[in-house]
Amino acid sequence: MSQQVAGSKAIARVTTPARNALTQSQERLAWIFLAPTLAVVAFVAVYPLIQTIWLSLTNARLGSVQPAAFVGLHNYRMLFQDIFFRDAVWITVIFTFITVFFEFVLGLIIALVINSNFKGRGPMRAAMLIPWAIPTVISAQMWKWMYNDIFGVFNDLLVTRLGILERPLAFVAANQTLALFSIAAVDIWKTTPFIALLLLAGLQVIPGDIYEAADVDGANKIQQFFSITLPLLRPAILVALIFRTLDSLRVFDVFYVMFGARPDMQTMAVYAQQYLVNFSNLGYGSAICVVIFLIIAIFVGVYVNVFKVEEA
Amino acid sequence: MSRKTPIFLILLMLFSLVLAACVNGAEPTAPGDEPAPTTDEVAEVEGDGDAEELVEVSAPPPPVPNAEAASAYSGAQIRYYGDSVGLGAQIDDLLAEQFSADTGIQVTVIRKPQDATENYATYQRFFQARSGDVDVMMLDVIWPAAFAPHLVDLAPELGEAAQAHFETIVENNTVDGRLIAMPWFGDFGMLYYRTDLLEKYGFAGPPATWQELTEMAQTIQDGERNDGNAQFVGFVWQGAAYEGLTCNALEWVASNGGGRFIDGDQVTIMNPEAIATLELAQSWVGTISPQGVTGYREEDARQAFQGGNAAFMRNWPYAYAAGRQDDSPIRDVFAVAPLPSAEGQERVGTVGGWQLGVSAYSQNQEAAIEFVRYMTSPEVQTWRASVGSYVPTIVDISDDPAVLEAIPFLEQFQDVVRVTRPSSETGANYNEASTAIFQSVNRILLGGNVEQTLGQAEQRLQGLLIQ
Repeated sequence: MSQQVAGSKAIARVTTPARNALTQSQERLAWIFLAPTLAVVAFVAVYPLIQTIWLSLTNARLGSVQPAAFVGLHNYRMLFQDIFFRDAVWITVIFTFITVFFEFVLGLIIALVINSNFKGRGPMRAAMLIPWAIPTVISAQMWKWMYNDIFGVFNDLLVTRLGILERPLAFVAANQTLALFSIAAVDIWKTTPFIALLLLAGLQVIPGDIYEAADVDGANKIQQFFSITLPLLRPAILVALIFRTLDSLRVFDVFYVMFGARPDMQTMAVYAQQYLVNFSNLGYGSAICVVIFLIIAIFVGVYVNVFKVEEA
Repeated sequence: MSRKTPIFLILLMLFSLVLAACVNGAEPTAPGDEPAPTTDEVAEVEGDGDAEELVEVSAPPPPVPNAEAASAYSGAQIRYYGDSVGLGAQIDDLLAEQFSADTGIQVTVIRKPQDATENYATYQRFFQARSGDVDVMMLDVIWPAAFAPHLVDLAPELGEAAQAHFETIVENNTVDGRLIAMPWFGDFGMLYYRTDLLEKYGFAGPPATWQELTEMAQTIQDGERNDGNAQFVGFVWQGAAYEGLTCNALEWVASNGGGRFIDGDQVTIMNPEAIATLELAQSWVGTISPQGVTGYREEDARQAFQGGNAAFMRNWPYAYAAGRQDDSPIRDVFAVAPLPSAEGQERVGTVGGWQLGVSAYSQNQEAAIEFVRYMTSPEVQTWRASVGSYVPTIVDISDDPAVLEAIPFLEQFQDVVRVTRPSSETGANYNEASTAIFQSVNRILLGGNVEQTLGQAEQRLQGLLIQ
């Protein structure tokens, strides 16, 4: 809608003064229509944003008898020296790269498969969505049990039934690398259907006659994929990637259930929650939230500028 | 600009929502807005959650001693934050039922969070919101200093009864001359061991030093694995990054003469004794203890031990009653002893234990106090000891025959040094201090450099001392 407003402004500049009154009244009308939306956005988005930034400059604590005092950038100075937060940023970013990459590749393959015609396509599409439909706390706890080194089903398979491993493997309570891949697998299992769904929607708007023309011109399937499918799918791909990257950067539930407060497996969001809720340290916790916000902003900035979202 | 604007607006909104979601967790959600769980729901939760945990509680709970006087508050409704799972939760339900039947005061039992750190945060939000939705609450031995301003002074009503309890616990619960919680049951870390396996491998008795324990556990583990039990492990304990690991680590360090992390106004976590003992603990992971022990809590350890898959276990007294149940595979083949120490050092156990307090924002303080009076009475403590091996806090009933039969091990713990976690030194910062400790130790257990990690913990703790 703001595009229209901006458009009408541009028109206003080049038209004659006689039409100006009409344009102005239209513009006013547009603002009136926009007002409720802007008010809601201000209330649910801008207000908490400003509140968080303000809190991050104080030493506010829950349950404290002393009123919060302004401390300037003290919390941020502490945060930049905080090696635990640095670890949390690192683990979150690596987790994001691993999961978004695999989810995208697998999601694209699945989308291509279910976009083709085969028997039982309807039930197949519905079944595909099951991992996405299970609440994460439940699926994470389920996976945690499956990963268990004493009674978990994976160890039962690998050690007892197939004999691939000598000793049971503690997937979750293991070293950082194995633990990270174990949890990435859970997230990939859960979120690939979501990507597949978004890409499927993109595939379905590509007209079939382009492929027919390509067939006539003698292009093979691989050429068709790279010259037709991928370029035309680009808007859907970008939406999917941005959604998943933002989601991954603020991942909380699956890590919280599987690792709790384990120091080398805390994401940025878990770290923020620890300060805000467990330590009641609103000031420092808010500073963490603002930094998370900025980190996510950097990622989105990269997407917008490198992948030229606005042209897609 | 005109084409970019909408996208940027949308992204800004997205960000703000992210941020809002982030901060929402911190807003004190007014608990009054949520419908309180009804008694039915509570009962259902229990039935579904722990069907296998349920045991036969042989004797009915004792009647309320001063039922007539307490009936003055008949019809009042109170909410009690009680034990979260297992036997303790079941006992809570029975006691609440008995109390309601005798006095007419309706008690709704609500399960508290199992994790002590989360439990603390939950209460803090109640207090922050000055909520009357919780009347009686279970309080960990480390919390009185932090919660004192929000709890009712029980001395006028229960001061006399408190004199029968162990003095040290009453002192712990007295802040600025106010008795803010009644002692309910005591807890301390102890060593569980398999008598049959010690005999089988020719050991005369439980280990006295950590070194002995390490060797015995290794011998038994090797032997049992050779006999075909591939799952068998030597020693299980609580190694997950949570409050329980602070307790375990305190025992290792203190029993090696390494202090208790913070002593007086000094951070003492970094010393040669602490480093040595933590290096030993690090060496257990993957040898006599499973790799998974770095994710174990009390119940994980108990399941391994009670399932017959471990030779030694560090746990609290509650595991004794659980192991003695009829369907327990190790019913007659285990015993307990004080935890080992280093050569020439005193044997120690971390002090745990729970108190009952009344919220200052409660609407029914008189009725709530009556409930606390009943729950901490000698009758109930005796009953809880006999059905659940909960260690009484009343001096006189500690040698009651019924109690001694249920908790025969009490006597051998008289010389054990009870070490306390550094809660009075850190006050409202205790949660943060304990997190610094258990996260560092967990990192060490997962293979981190001991000295370097302790150095980081030292720095973190420095900022948390009460000035």
